[in-house]
Amino acid sequence: MARETPAGDLRLANLTKTFGAFTAVDDLSLTVPQGSFFALLGASGCGKTTTLRMIAGLEPPTSGQVLLGDRDITRLRPYKRPVNTVFQSYALFPHLDVFENVAFGLRRRGIRSVDGQVRQVLSLVRLDGFERRRPGQLSGGQQQRVALARALINHPQVLLLDEPLGALDLTLRRQMQIELKRIQTEVGISFVHVTHDQEEAMTMADTVAVMNAGRIEQLGAPADIYEFPATAFVATFLGQSNLIAGVVSGSSGDDLLVTAHGTRFSVPVGRSRTDQGPVLLGVRPEKLRLAGAVAQVPAGNQHLEGTVTDASYLGVSTQYALRTGAGAELSVFVANSGDRQRFAVGEQAVAYWHPRHAFLLGRADGQARTTPELGEPVGVS
Amino acid sequence: MTALTQLPSGTERSSPRARWGRRRLLPYLLVLPGAAWLVLFFAMPVGQLAAASLYDPTGSISTGYAPAWAFGNYPAALRVYWPQFGRSFRYAGMALAVALVMGYPLAYAIARKAGRWKNLLLVCVIAPMFTSFLVRTLAWKTILSDNGALVGLLRDVHLLGPDGRLLATPIAVVLGLTYNFLPFLVLPLYASLERLDPRLLEAASDLYASPLATFRRVTLPLSMPGLVAGTLLFLIPATGDYINAELLGTPNEYMIGNVIDSAFLIRLDYPQGAALSFLLMSAILALVFGYLRRASPEDLL
Amino acid sequence: MSRVFRWCTEHWVMGVALLVLGYLLLPIVVVAALSFNRPSSRLSYDFNEFTLDNWRNPCATSDMCDAVLRSVQIGFLATVAATALGTLVAFALARHRFRGRSGLNVLVFLPMATPELAMGTSLLALFVAGGVPLGFWTIVVAHVMFCLSFVVVTVKARLTGMDRRLEEAAMDLYASEWQTFRRITLPLVSPGIVAAALLAFSLSFDDFIITNFNSGTTVTFPMYVWGAAQRGIPPQVNVVGTAMFLTALLLVFATSVGGRRSRRAAEPGPRP
Repeated sequence: MARETPAGDLRLANLTKTFGAFTAVDDLSLTVPQGSFFALLGASGCGKTTTLRMIAGLEPPTSGQVLLGDRDITRLRPYKRPVNTVFQSYALFPHLDVFENVAFGLRRRGIRSVDGQVRQVLSLVRLDGFERRRPGQLSGGQQQRVALARALINHPQVLLLDEPLGALDLTLRRQMQIELKRIQTEVGISFVHVTHDQEEAMTMADTVAVMNAGRIEQLGAPADIYEFPATAFVATFLGQSNLIAGVVSGSSGDDLLVTAHGTRFSVPVGRSRTDQGPVLLGVRPEKLRLAGAVAQVPAGNQHLEGTVTDASYLGVSTQYALRTGAGAELSVFVANSGDRQRFAVGEQAVAYWHPRHAFLLGRADGQARTTPELGEPVGVS
Repeated sequence: MTALTQLPSGTERSSPRARWGRRRLLPYLLVLPGAAWLVLFFAMPVGQLAAASLYDPTGSISTGYAPAWAFGNYPAALRVYWPQFGRSFRYAGMALAVALVMGYPLAYAIARKAGRWKNLLLVCVIAPMFTSFLVRTLAWKTILSDNGALVGLLRDVHLLGPDGRLLATPIAVVLGLTYNFLPFLVLPLYASLERLDPRLLEAASDLYASPLATFRRVTLPLSMPGLVAGTLLFLIPATGDYINAELLGTPNEYMIGNVIDSAFLIRLDYPQGAALSFLLMSAILALVFGYLRRASPEDLL
Repeated sequence: MSRVFRWCTEHWVMGVALLVLGYLLLPIVVVAALSFNRPSSRLSYDFNEFTLDNWRNPCATSDMCDAVLRSVQIGFLATVAATALGTLVAFALARHRFRGRSGLNVLVFLPMATPELAMGTSLLALFVAGGVPLGFWTIVVAHVMFCLSFVVVTVKARLTGMDRRLEEAAMDLYASEWQTFRRITLPLVSPGIVAAALLAFSLSFDDFIITNFNSGTTVTFPMYVWGAAQRGIPPQVNVVGTAMFLTALLLVFATSVGGRRSRRAAEPGPRP
């Protein structure tokens, strides 16, 4: 299935959608390069599905434009757009069999001989021999693949996926993630994938856009976003973060100095989103180590002392909660590699980290929170 | 209802086995009175009707009818009343066509476009049934009357001749039938359109189906159960109706119901009336079961 | 595509729907208007002159009021009997597997698929053959028969739509079968039974065709209107028609307010 249409990136320009007083999508601009796997990640109600529906033409934008290459498709009816959607819970036509569901788009465009193409796309999604089944006779995973085939057969310039794996169980979801990635590489179409599952977004997408309240908080490669989040929302939505409120108190060479809990910490300038005023010092729980005493902390590391208030054995790792003297709670993941010291609830411990693993975010004045939302990994479902 | 097994005072002492036996009996006890009523006053009368249709036609109500296998009653009755019989189905069919043109958009609009007005519009659809069937039909006499505003308007725009009329014409009868049974068509249709998943329509539109193609390929096939049920619920009473023909038409518009009514109540020709009635019932039941092959009876019930 | 054109393509269905609703509601408006009419002659159907007399003396023609009263009596008796018998059948069909179940389903379905004309004439044939005198009681018997199926269907729908887990939860919480029925099942099904009873009453009150064949000399309200249509309709008929309409409207609003609450209570919750 080679590319038929000329190169064209999908561009959203100042796209806005309001429902009455509620702004679902707020002045959104982004570019999806042709052939990329793009994920829109956000909690439910953040405007990601509305964005997708505006690209599909199912929802007219309040203002702004949708462009494919140089072509403005903002006002084009959905059935005139070279864009197809894999719907959430699939929306397969219950009165048509698999073959007719897949052939639907081709037939609507007046294509007579559809047999070869349908068979080809069904084997692409590994459903050979299912042509005469009704959607009701298929399992969730099979239905998902019919929905994918039904959209792919039309060679859209952009394929939209609305939480396509949400209804599948965990193992099947893993399997389909790999499958989807394989198909995307094979057909070379741009995929725009909407999901609330950070792991799914990170596994599959080249580029992830984290959305919150109708805006994009951060856009970039999954590893870049995870390692160096741009905002407190991203830091806590994508995985967990320990955030410590502090104030920038100066700089020393390539490091910024931060005062928090009466202690000074340093963060490399390259890992700081701001260089002055109130800040949040962030460290991912898996970047923290635990030691029994300050003396055991290796040189070049920074530390906080505290009491273990909770220890949850998770199999692959142990998750500790540590209450520091200043009242902050830190979350620490310690891999169960067998050579680490175990800590019991009530014991004293020291959490330490290397400054290059920390990151610094700007903090609004009123935002005095320190290490919020522990033990509730948001966005992991 | 299963609890009724425990009502008798002896329950405590009865063995589990007896209790179990009584529980097995329970559904039959529940069903017995209702089923008996239906057998006694629905099934048996139909049998009696069939028997009466084969009575010796030379008898009379005063001298009594002799049971005979007079199958000749059927062709004899049809020879005379074929026009009325045909007219019943023709008028009902015409009324159905008009009702479909009116009812489908109405059901569609209520199910898919009405938003928070949905319940109010539904009440409006059944509102005509709140008042008497006969009184409503008589109101059409006023609306369609020769001195009425409607006829005046139609005459002014020359859709009707200067002494053209609506009342006492086939148009009036068909309009009356349409009006009286339209809600029976709209309600099941509404129910199946309401169940239609809006995402299927979006999916069709996403897959290059124009609004017309979406309607033909998705909406219409998926509303088929409602359409079948609604059509039947419309045709069954419309074909057997004779009130509209009597009140809004003339003897030229009489349907089979008028004939059967007069055969039983005025001419007192029971064999003939029974033959026509049984014929009508068979024709309609054949229609119903033919139709039901396309939709399961659960949809109709 | 111009804005006007697009607006029309999106809203024409609603436009047609409102026109059709107008067609459905027009006769009611006419009936209500005619209830304030002083007709010029007995056989005139046109609006002549406004008056309140018809509403002041609805029983000016006393035989009409007798007929209304008789219809109410028949409707009441038929409703009670049909609702009782039909509810029992509905419980059996919805909650039990037994031999003859599918046959019973057909027997319940058939009266709804049979034209009233055939049912009315069949009963007449039976009554005549059996020498049963026609009158009040033959009408009641006939009405119970055709209302029964509608009651069964209505109550059964409510029962099958009910969440069985509520009953299981009650049993789990130490309610005996009778207590479960009394405290859980009955309250949850009762809106369905009430709806069925209202439906039965309105079917019975308004029935003409079946009654016409089995009434003998007994006159119900529809029979009265039918007879009067030949001799001239007294305007009080429209008063009764309007009053019926208003009563039914009131009932619908009352039950929809109450029904909304209990419907929420009986709907199956989210499934795991």
